[in-house]
Amino acid sequence: MTAIESHPVLTAPESAKRSLPGAAIQLRGVSKFFGTGDTRVTAVNSITLDLPYGEMVLLVGPSGCGKTTLISIVAGLLEASEGEVSVLGQNLTRMGGNRKVRFRGANIGFVFQQYNLLPALTAVENACVPLLIAGWPHSKAITKASQLLEKVGLGGRLRSYPSQLSGGQQQRVAIARALVHEPRLLVCDEPTAALDATSGRTVMGLIREVAVQSDRAVIVVTHDSRVYDFGDKIVAMADGKVTEVLGKGQRPHE
Amino acid sequence: MNWVALRMLTGDRAKYLGIIFGVAFAALLMSQQLSIFCGLMRNTTSQIRDIEGGDIWVMDKNVQFVDDVKPMSENKLMRVRGVPGVEWAVRLYKGIARARLSDGNFQQMILIGLDDATLVGAPRPDRILHGGLGDLRQPNAVFIDEFGWRYLYGDVPFEVGRTLEMNDKRAVIVGMCKCNPTFQTFPILYCTYSQAVQFLPQERKTLTFILAKGVPELSAEQVSEQITEQTGLKALTNDQFFWSTIQYYMQRTGIPINFGITVMLGFVVGCAIAGQTFYLFTLENLKQWGALKAMGVSNFRLVRMILLQALIVGLIGFGLGIGGAALFGYVFERAVKSTPPAFYFGWQIMTITAGAVTFIALAASLLSMRRVLFLEAGVVFR
Repeated sequence: MTAIESHPVLTAPESAKRSLPGAAIQLRGVSKFFGTGDTRVTAVNSITLDLPYGEMVLLVGPSGCGKTTLISIVAGLLEASEGEVSVLGQNLTRMGGNRKVRFRGANIGFVFQQYNLLPALTAVENACVPLLIAGWPHSKAITKASQLLEKVGLGGRLRSYPSQLSGGQQQRVAIARALVHEPRLLVCDEPTAALDATSGRTVMGLIREVAVQSDRAVIVVTHDSRVYDFGDKIVAMADGKVTEVLGKGQRPHE
Repeated sequence: MNWVALRMLTGDRAKYLGIIFGVAFAALLMSQQLSIFCGLMRNTTSQIRDIEGGDIWVMDKNVQFVDDVKPMSENKLMRVRGVPGVEWAVRLYKGIARARLSDGNFQQMILIGLDDATLVGAPRPDRILHGGLGDLRQPNAVFIDEFGWRYLYGDVPFEVGRTLEMNDKRAVIVGMCKCNPTFQTFPILYCTYSQAVQFLPQERKTLTFILAKGVPELSAEQVSEQITEQTGLKALTNDQFFWSTIQYYMQRTGIPINFGITVMLGFVVGCAIAGQTFYLFTLENLKQWGALKAMGVSNFRLVRMILLQALIVGLIGFGLGIGGAALFGYVFERAVKSTPPAFYFGWQIMTITAGAVTFIALAASLLSMRRVLFLEAGVVFR
């Protein structure tokens, strides 16, 4: 087990304590509706929220409470039906489709519940995909991705295919992929849901270790109460609304 | 990202090979059937291509194709010669004669009677395999084509002096020439016009065609028009006669429909296999496409990636299919000695097949592309 895997520390790194002024994410009266008329469903209901740089924010709540819809809006994957969304100083609400795609590619990293690695690519090739999207030369992208994979403890598995890796290892590749292009916002959707408790804590420790920095914001959607300790802030949701915003060490009412 | 697209494509070997198989199968079936069809159609015009020297074929106005023989009276030759713009005109007999072989069997022959004086319409010197054209002026002399010799005598080497009997007249084979394969596969006999008349049952009219050449100042088309206008006969250039013969077989026989069905079948099966496999392949990778979209890959780039994948499978499938058809033609040509194979594998076949394969690859990719383009990037969170 590497030093990262046994990470017991639940505080942000030193760099995080000198975070940028202002909020990384500002939501003002954000709502999202699906369907129309009688079949209209309110997934997110008039949420106003500021999330700062340099912190790992956990978005928690029961299934169907709107967590995934909210991070989809924050990540520019879904349009808000109402309200203003500002991410890293850019107003997403007024941003055109193509600009949003470029913004996402340059500034946002994603870690998915099911990893979504490309099965035909090796670990290092998967990790370098965001750099290729950004137009990096192949060899340079591979070099940088290799360095990051070594950092997450997969230096010995660079040439392994996803099918040859455990769930925890795949998620670490996904984390490397999410961070390789040094995004300023990391969005993680249930990163521990498909993992056992030990692997889950390892992955959360890793995200905290390599992702939380003064100029970066991290949002993690999770159901997993076992990893609540890793968050600097916990935003609890229910029925599309934010019900509680808790500080470090506090636990939401179940 | 092109590299990622290619790795995604080749990553799933079974599906990758399945798509290529679909395209290759379609390309093979289409090009092979088209080649046989075109070979057959070309064979219908073999005499038009073999009988050289003149620019214009003159015939009875009701003749529809080269084997549709409607004899004219001899004075028509004089009338054609009298048309302004005609440099020269000679008579030609083309018809079917029945020959009695040395073993007592009968065999139908394509008999071509050339103008006695000029031998216009005879095979080119480079196509004469044995004997000299002048030998045709010997009594009862005939030239036989190479395939005809094999048809009648198998692997026996050519020898001068073999005889046939036509209309109770002895015909002596004095030479052998190369001819294009014929539609009916009958042996071809060349002789002089006066000799041909001897080999036929007595008929009042024997002139089947007139071969003419226009003056250099006028085009063959212009001279043809003048001949038609002034004589009431049908006059066609070599090209026009070639295409009118093809047109006849296309319109009046079931050959195009039968081959068309097979070609369509190949196309449909290719579309179905390649389209379905490519679509399933994309569908199974939908989450990966979604992840790429979420990570900042634009729709335009996704389209390029999918088109690249389609281009690769299209090219490989086309190459394999065309290669298979060419191999079939090669083996077919060498395996069948006595009957000339009907197989024309020209650039036109490759172009048509390439067009069809492009359509299959595009249709398959468009079908898949639709799913990817309308895919919400948020699908990755589900």
